Amino acid sequence: MRERGISIWFFIGLSLLVNGVLIVSAGVWQIFNPPAKPVVLFHLHANVWWGAMLLVFGLIYCVRFAPRRQE
Amino acid sequence: MITAAAMYVAPRLVHLSAVDAAIIVFYFALVLTIGFYLQRRAKTGEDFFMAGREMTAWIAGLSFLSANLGALELMGWAASAYQYGILATHWYWIGAIPAMLFLGIVMMPFYYISKTHSVPGYLRLRFGESSRTLAAISFAFMTVLMSGINMYSMALVMKVVLGWNINFSIWVSSLTVAVYVALGGLRSAIFNEVLQFILIWAGALLIPILGLVEAGGWSNLKLQIAQNASPAYTHLWSTLGSFHNNPMGIHWTGIVFGLGFVISFGYWTTDFLVVQRVLAAKDLRSAKLAPIIGAAFKMLVPFIVILPGLLGLAVLPMKLTGETMAVATGGHSYNEVLPLMLARYCGPGLLGLGITALIAGFMSGMAGNVSAFTTVWTYDIYRALINKGGSDHHYVNMGRWCTILGVLISVGTAYLVMQFASIMDYVQALFSFFVAPLFGTVVLGMLWKRASGPGGFWGLLAGTLSSIGMWAWVKADHSALRYVALSANARDMAENMYRALWSWIICVLVTVVISYMTQPKPVSELEGLVYGVTAIPQEAEVPIYHRPVFWAIIVGAVFVVLNILVW
Repeated sequence: MRERGISIWFFIGLSLLVNGVLIVSAGVWQIFNPPAKPVVLFHLHANVWWGAMLLVFGLIYCVRFAPRRQE
Repeated sequence: MITAAAMYVAPRLVHLSAVDAAIIVFYFALVLTIGFYLQRRAKTGEDFFMAGREMTAWIAGLSFLSANLGALELMGWAASAYQYGILATHWYWIGAIPAMLFLGIVMMPFYYISKTHSVPGYLRLRFGESSRTLAAISFAFMTVLMSGINMYSMALVMKVVLGWNINFSIWVSSLTVAVYVALGGLRSAIFNEVLQFILIWAGALLIPILGLVEAGGWSNLKLQIAQNASPAYTHLWSTLGSFHNNPMGIHWTGIVFGLGFVISFGYWTTDFLVVQRVLAAKDLRSAKLAPIIGAAFKMLVPFIVILPGLLGLAVLPMKLTGETMAVATGGHSYNEVLPLMLARYCGPGLLGLGITALIAGFMSGMAGNVSAFTTVWTYDIYRALINKGGSDHHYVNMGRWCTILGVLISVGTAYLVMQFASIMDYVQALFSFFVAPLFGTVVLGMLWKRASGPGGFWGLLAGTLSSIGMWAWVKADHSALRYVALSANARDMAENMYRALWSWIICVLVTVVISYMTQPKPVSELEGLVYGVTAIPQEAEVPIYHRPVFWAIIVGAVFVVLNILVW
């Protein structure tokens, strides 16, 4: 789908990037402001590393399939 | 699986933070953006109904799988895993993988080379107008009804999980789907399905990962399940020697022949909802590869659906029950196991992503139903029976309006089910009536050149009517179960397996007998439609790692190994 228009992989990258930024931000906030009722395995800070992974993948896809590279 | 009663009882399971809400709002904004962006690329009928036939194997394959991840899929099968154990995995492995590989390697060339727009369209080419009409009307009717049921299920889930108003959920989700499919047609549906597929995995994969950490790994999980439920809950095949030894009350013959052969092959190879995605592939090799890619990912879906259900058996502090008990005690039902696991591990942000995964699953299924309905209505009913001489532009407009109409009918069905919950069970049963016989008709049409037009039509009709007859027989006299399902102890799922098997056999027998009594089509008219008289392009010049059959063998081998690992 790269031959015409914006690739679907760019939209996916954008989605992962935005979600990653939001989730990492929430995770970092919780490290400094621990909730009164934490989730199970809170000490693993899943939202930080999972969000970071989404952010990295999203960034890679956004750059790799950016619209300007299609032309 | 998810019915009305239990959904009204439980209090709201999770509370969303601002970050969670932002993630959900962003998701809706993105799918609508994709729809508006693709509007300009949906000008012709080929664009709108077939996505220009330019999808790569990966996009077609992921969309093929995503369209199946509908409303009942994620939560329903997680609930079944909690209730029946690992046996629920059969619906993902033997109940899907062989059929998907068969579609890719054996059947796809005939669908693709015939250049049909739809499965009913193939029946017209192979058997004539009457078979097409029967298949098209039954498919269109059932598809919008199923879409409405899915919509209602989604609204109930949102009510239980988030406390959202049912009307709000129904209208927001259905209008969003209507807008992006009506604007961009199948291409928009497929693009969004790929996005939804990724989000489903991003949102749901963390649950089994953290669940296994908490349970102490797979071995400890099995020990805990053996203590809390039964050791049989973690065995896929070894308990199927008898109807009595497993939680599902099913025998291996029902799983292998009923589910693994008839129901699975019927759904994955002839249900236009999924086949349409593969027909949009850019060339024959992509069309053959797409179901194989779908099969590879389908094998992994139990990790985000079945495993959370099993983990629920081990780590949840409360005992989940059936719906009636949950209503009586105010507890949680099986159907809530996935949101309960989500709330257990996912804090702000991750919770929003998990809820987005659920919504994405619901919307991809709904969009799949609506886009398939639109194509079958426009090409196989409207153009075939009502207005044969319209322009391409006219049919595209019809497709756009039909998308909106299909969504509105689905909404109407959703409200009908809200009033009469038992309709849900009837419609799900009705849907199964058509799948098994249709597979008999299509596979004979593709593989046996002697099959005649009247044979195809009467076989399909006889198979469908016999399936309805068996269902009504058991409803009227429950003792008939020992004949239909070979055991008086058989549960609903086992009954479905055997009913499908009998109706397929009846369809095949009637087709064969009538075909021998009637004139077959001349061989010259079967070119491109039937095995033996169709020139299928060879792939000798393609490197082995680019050949669909190579990857089908790899996927098949992994499928066998996985089954042995949890035997």
